Amino acid sequence: MNLRRVETSTWIYLAISFLLIFIPFIVTGRSMQFIFIQIFIFAIFAMSYDILLGFTGIISFGHVMFFGIGAYSTAVTLGRMDATIGSFVLGAIIALVIAAIVSLIVGALTLRLKSHFYAMLTLALAGLFLVLAEKWRSVTGGNDGFTFSLPEFFRDSETMYWFSLLSMVLIFFGLRRFTRSPFGRVLMAIRENENRTESLGFQVTYYKVLASVVAGVVASFAGVLYALSLRFVNTAVFATDLTIDVLLMTIIGGVGTLIGPIVGAGLVEFAHHWLSGLADVHWIFERWIILYGIVYVLVVIFFPLGIVGTIQSKFMNRPVRALRTNRKSDGKKENRKGA
Amino acid sequence: MTAILETKDLSIAFGGHVAVNGVTVEIPEKKFTSIIGPNGAGKTTFFNLLSGQLSPTNGSIYFKGEDITKVSTTKRARMGIGRSFQITNVFPNLTVLENVRLAVQSKNKVRYNIFSHFKHYPGFEKRSLELLDIVFLKEKANAIAASLAHGEKRKLEIAMLLALETEILLLDEPTAGMSVEEVPAIMDVIRNIKDEGNRTIVLIEHKMDMIMGLSDEVLVLYHGELIAKGTPAEIVENETVQAAYLGGGV
Ligand SMILES: Nc1ncnc2c1ncn2[C@@H]1O[C@H](COP(=O)(O)OP(=O)(O)OP(=O)(O)O)[C@@H](O)[C@H]1O
Ligand SMILES: [Mg+2]
Repeated sequence: MNLRRVETSTWIYLAISFLLIFIPFIVTGRSMQFIFIQIFIFAIFAMSYDILLGFTGIISFGHVMFFGIGAYSTAVTLGRMDATIGSFVLGAIIALVIAAIVSLIVGALTLRLKSHFYAMLTLALAGLFLVLAEKWRSVTGGNDGFTFSLPEFFRDSETMYWFSLLSMVLIFFGLRRFTRSPFGRVLMAIRENENRTESLGFQVTYYKVLASVVAGVVASFAGVLYALSLRFVNTAVFATDLTIDVLLMTIIGGVGTLIGPIVGAGLVEFAHHWLSGLADVHWIFERWIILYGIVYVLVVIFFPLGIVGTIQSKFMNRPVRALRTNRKSDGKKENRKGA
Repeated sequence: MTAILETKDLSIAFGGHVAVNGVTVEIPEKKFTSIIGPNGAGKTTFFNLLSGQLSPTNGSIYFKGEDITKVSTTKRARMGIGRSFQITNVFPNLTVLENVRLAVQSKNKVRYNIFSHFKHYPGFEKRSLELLDIVFLKEKANAIAASLAHGEKRKLEIAMLLALETEILLLDEPTAGMSVEEVPAIMDVIRNIKDEGNRTIVLIEHKMDMIMGLSDEVLVLYHGELIAKGTPAEIVENETVQAAYLGGGV
């Protein structure tokens, strides 16, 4: 029965992906296509964050550094070599390898310790990468960044659209399988109760480090696509704003669902677009970050499971249902015991 | 009689408070050992030291003669020291079945497989359901663990411990919080494991009558110290124990 439901959702997701293929024929404006491309890219980024936060329970304040590593590796490689597919592939490989190494080192250093060490070290490192990108002008072009030309293949906006869509769909199904593997199940156990996972005989640190490497590599790939889509890179790809954006997308969509971050990315990107469009109407919309904050607070209060999480708990009787109510009741029980 | 677990001068202090104080004891292999003692005597803390949740301020622990004082919880579990927890310690937002399935998965050493679907091991689910049946929790298999009543969580604890099939079972008040009707059934489960005769069981329990029939040996902890050990009959007669229980105010 369970398997059949999995099949159904897979068919639904495939059907939606199929429909999305035709968007460029309906929406022919470059800027609108660009918004969709950004959504796919940020959906990938947010899914990678969900692996950390939603599935393993690891908080990172500097996840953007992997995104930035991806963007700069691609841009620098394409900027210095011929604009060919070969250079792109090389740039992407460099991006993924650097991200894997950095996440492995950061994870191995801090994930044995209390959880806030990882959060703090990633925050510090993201800051460090930002400074590095600003100061190492000869390579990065400093704050202003630099433009580069794309391989022929990526030049038209439709191709970029399909390539990003395909990447997102493949990464979604790949990560979904990952979270449903025996390994992924242990990640969820760690999120729920690290101590107990250890006493079942699982080497918790290995799992957390591997989860962080997967998240880092996927985030880096999102950065690769981001640089491609802009044909430009600057230090903004290391800015904390992006970590906050991606955190928002994941939480609004629903942590631990993978599909949630995709929905969240769509909402946040469209909100960006419309709110900055409304700036002509009233100055308040220029301060969209305030509105953001308000929306964020409302979501956390009324939909603590996020949009997808809430829908799933209403209609599908999924384990996430318990996330809110039972944490509460558990706390009460613990208090009663203590009293 | 060989000892499977051994402690030498084992102590732990929390700040100034010595919770376990110089305990030297041998846990005989394939026997049933009970630990009794008033509230706060250090029984759970002693278990935490054996299973590696806490590391001692002094003394050492041996498993089959090997010093495991510095060995991690994970490794000890893999070596064969399994335990259940007094304060239930399950995976709250996962289903009851998934809680047990994870333990079965660990027992079968399926650890780093990231490619197959977890359902590709149907044997794990079957085994988990068997275990849930043993502890009378099968109907709740698809419930979220956090939604279980306290007594049910204890049963889940036991199922998760049994799933590991460890040589040593450390049971910390497994029946606490269960209704009076449920206790005998769970004690039967424990008795059956004992009767199979190939496991070492260590049980922490307050109710003397419950362990009388089961135990080969009883250890008495009082203020962190091992004040007596012997057969149940000897312990009942022991004056120090009587004094501790009467004078200590349980
Ligand atoms: N992590 C800890 N930090 C500080 N003190 C602790 C800690 N764990 C236990 N203690 C203290 O150590 C003493 C022994 O506690 P422990 O839980 O081992 O007793 P117990 O014999 O299991 O009692 P009970 O029968 O109530 O379960 C208590 O005074 C307790 O407050
Ligand atoms: Mg106790």
